[in-house]
Amino acid sequence: MEIVWVLGVPLLGSALLALLGHKRYAPEINIVFSLATLVAAALLVVRVIGSGPMTAFDEQFFVDPFNVFLVALTCLVGFTTAVFSRPYMRVEEEHGRVTAVRLRLYHGAYQLFMFTMLVTLLTNNLGILWVAMEGATLSTVLLVSLYRTPASIEAAWKYFILCGVGLAQALFGTILIYFAAEKVLGGGTVSLLWTQLYEVRHQLEPTVMSLAFVFLLVGYGTKVGLVPLHNWLPDAHAEGPTPISAVLSGLLLNVALYAVIRSKVLVDGALGTEFTGQLMMGFGLLTVVVAALFLSRQRDIKRLFGYSSIEHMGIITFAFGMGGKVAAYAGLLHMTVHSLTKSGIFFAVGHAVQKTGTQNMADIRGLIERNPTIGWGLALGSLAILGVPPFGVFTSEFMILTTAMHEHPWATPFLLFGLAVAFAAIFGKVQPMVFGQSNARRLPHQPALLPVFLHLLLVLMLGLYIPPYLDQWYRQAAALIG
Amino acid sequence: MTEQWVNLAATILLIIAFAMLSQRRVLSLVRLFAWQGLVLSVSTAMVAYSTGQSHLWISAALTLGLKVIVLPIVLHSLIVRLNVRWDVEPLINVPTTMLAGIGLVIFAFALATPISQLAGTVTRSTLGIALASVLLSFLMMIVRRKAVPQVIGFLAMENGLFFAATSATYGMPLVVELGIALDVLVGTFVFGIFFFHIRETFDSLDIRHMEKLKED
Repeated sequence: MEIVWVLGVPLLGSALLALLGHKRYAPEINIVFSLATLVAAALLVVRVIGSGPMTAFDEQFFVDPFNVFLVALTCLVGFTTAVFSRPYMRVEEEHGRVTAVRLRLYHGAYQLFMFTMLVTLLTNNLGILWVAMEGATLSTVLLVSLYRTPASIEAAWKYFILCGVGLAQALFGTILIYFAAEKVLGGGTVSLLWTQLYEVRHQLEPTVMSLAFVFLLVGYGTKVGLVPLHNWLPDAHAEGPTPISAVLSGLLLNVALYAVIRSKVLVDGALGTEFTGQLMMGFGLLTVVVAALFLSRQRDIKRLFGYSSIEHMGIITFAFGMGGKVAAYAGLLHMTVHSLTKSGIFFAVGHAVQKTGTQNMADIRGLIERNPTIGWGLALGSLAILGVPPFGVFTSEFMILTTAMHEHPWATPFLLFGLAVAFAAIFGKVQPMVFGQSNARRLPHQPALLPVFLHLLLVLMLGLYIPPYLDQWYRQAAALIG
Repeated sequence: MTEQWVNLAATILLIIAFAMLSQRRVLSLVRLFAWQGLVLSVSTAMVAYSTGQSHLWISAALTLGLKVIVLPIVLHSLIVRLNVRWDVEPLINVPTTMLAGIGLVIFAFALATPISQLAGTVTRSTLGIALASVLLSFLMMIVRRKAVPQVIGFLAMENGLFFAATSATYGMPLVVELGIALDVLVGTFVFGIFFFHIRETFDSLDIRHMEKLKED
């Protein structure tokens, strides 16, 4: 029943905002619907913690510790981003960057995007998962080009074409899984249900499944931003409105990775080898190293953090590639803390960019002097994302590194190199932006800083202390996928 | 008997994929795309008739409605309204593209052979061709420099995937196929909106103008 609420609220919100999204009070409606979704998700969590994994509607939807934690995270960040978006988009409107009509598109598509992501997470049907993932692309593509500048249109076109082509590969992978499953389960919808496939995963034809995984990894990997399929990501992050950058980085990448991991579990069962893990470790390491090298060459602040997201997705992909309970636990934790930190950073960046009127890092100076809260938000957020203790990113990166040293020592130098280069690049660029002579101006709307500090506080807490129920939760999910 | 007819349809699909690869005029591309949809729909109907898989009738009808009627009409009217009817693609080198295409077909067959040996469908021998047409459409998207042909390549790729699903497994479950059809339809409308935005911003649908966002 809670599933109906989790999915129904954003869908209804999207329909309502498609009609009222241009009104003065539309941002508030957006917040209310996001909050309602969050409440529904919390109820779903309580239910799953209480009574264990469940399926609904003829097994078309299912909830287990793995996806319920991502649902909760998605709804939380969806809500805080809606709070951040209210003053942010008002300022954009007053600067004449968006019109009322486009705000209607923005608000409607925002809720639709939340809906498609939640369907992707909750569906049990691998075909529907694909359809919802494509829906997530379709609902955000016009948001990336919201400002209608030449650069934003180019970014959106690139996003659309690259992710579309990538997802076409994933569809072929899904067809292959169906093909393998049909032999065991017979035709019809049942052969695409993940829970059913999981039961018979050892009987699925290995050749077909390994080929399917290659297609699925390349396909969904395009959306995760794995190198060399990452080209769309920095552009889409830099040119779209900042709330969209925050949800793309914080949520969409996780959701795409979720699809990869779900497929990995099935293929691992069929193959009984380390094929998928090795493939993911290879892609992960390549992604970490390449993204780190690109970081130091960035001039645009949002591109910088876009590349940082690519790097972290590489780390997570590597962690899940290693497999085993510890690595999977660390991967899940890293998914959580990266999502919270990165969206928090984008909130701070969004306000900083509005105050200084530029995304060029050389022109952003001395945030702390004029806007202490934004400056500190950006500084602390950057330190957190760079893995400085005691933030949660440190904990998960430490776990991933030590596991790698134990099990795959050859990979450690690459990881350390990536982390060190990223540290030097981001720290060197953020430091003068935060300190130094200020050039910021006053804005008519108070920035929403609650989301920034709420996220950072949560990340700090996860670094110092993981509450027992959350720990339990991660353990169960890690056992499921590890 | 059906097997031969389906093989014939598959061959026609492959020829159409090559024709699209070499076609420079955008209106002819739309026409080829409609033909591709028609062949797809007819071959699906033949499989439905011979195997008695009733949901295949629905997907054949869906293909006919969406890919032979609705999408070509939408594309055609977009082309007329954007006045790019006479646009030709100046950049493609047809012989090289064709050679690359032949290479892709060989690759597709090599990739598909182990799978088709496992398939129990009457249509299994066509899986290689289906994969080949996916890859050829992909190649088409890479070599094109105009927005409309790129989108047609994208839609043709979806046709290839649909054909792959039919030949390997008699099609995906109906819910999924309906979902995919919805995505394709919405996607085409979003593309349509995009054409106007690109045109407004760049005064042309040539995506060579859109190569500003690069790493320097």
